[in-house]
Amino acid sequence: MATLHTVNRSPHAAPALVSCLRMALPGHALVLLEDGVYAAVAADAGSAQLRDAQPGVAVYALGADLAARGIAADTLLPGVEVVDYESFVDLACRYDKVQAWI
Amino acid sequence: MADAARSLVCVNRRAPHGSIIAQEALEVVLLGAAFEQRVSLLFMDDGVYQLKRGQDTASLGVKDFARAFRALDLYDLERIALSRRCLEARGLNEDDLLIAVQLLDDAQIAALLDGADVVLSF
Repeated sequence: MATLHTVNRSPHAAPALVSCLRMALPGHALVLLEDGVYAAVAADAGSAQLRDAQPGVAVYALGADLAARGIAADTLLPGVEVVDYESFVDLACRYDKVQAWI
Repeated sequence: MADAARSLVCVNRRAPHGSIIAQEALEVVLLGAAFEQRVSLLFMDDGVYQLKRGQDTASLGVKDFARAFRALDLYDLERIALSRRCLEARGLNEDDLLIAVQLLDDAQIAALLDGADVVLSF
């Protein structure tokens, strides 16, 4: 089943993203939110985990959480799409289920 | 040591908005300084994200507590220190920070912690 994964932990503080990406399959998607958004910053060493992500897994980052942390959209890894809360809800509806890697 | 102000180091290792911890740490620092303790602030690990410029929490609907860091000048803190290694690991440099800090290497941080009367961890 197509799963929407969410990761809300900093890549430096928890293994949530690594575990998530190990289990995410092509056709799945990932939403980075809360402290999880630091993993999308290209210059951040934490983004190395995302670079190794399975191709075919779409990656999104929640705009409100980026703004709160002073992260500009043009500093993100290529391919990461910024979404607002409405789009997040749309994604949650579009996929068969949501798995939160809390 | 009973009469002298004690040296207090607050160690900040958490990112700013994912939990209330960073905000609580700042309140303790301001309180400690108001009571004339010798307070130092140390940022390491994800704590360095607390000082990143340009944080805008309006869309989260939470307090923008990073603004309060700008007021630290008024509190006569001993020092505000930040791990150079942790900053660089996050793709950041001094220009990305809200306030002036002392960038310390690991040995200098070890000495700061070793010399403190009290270490408070956040």
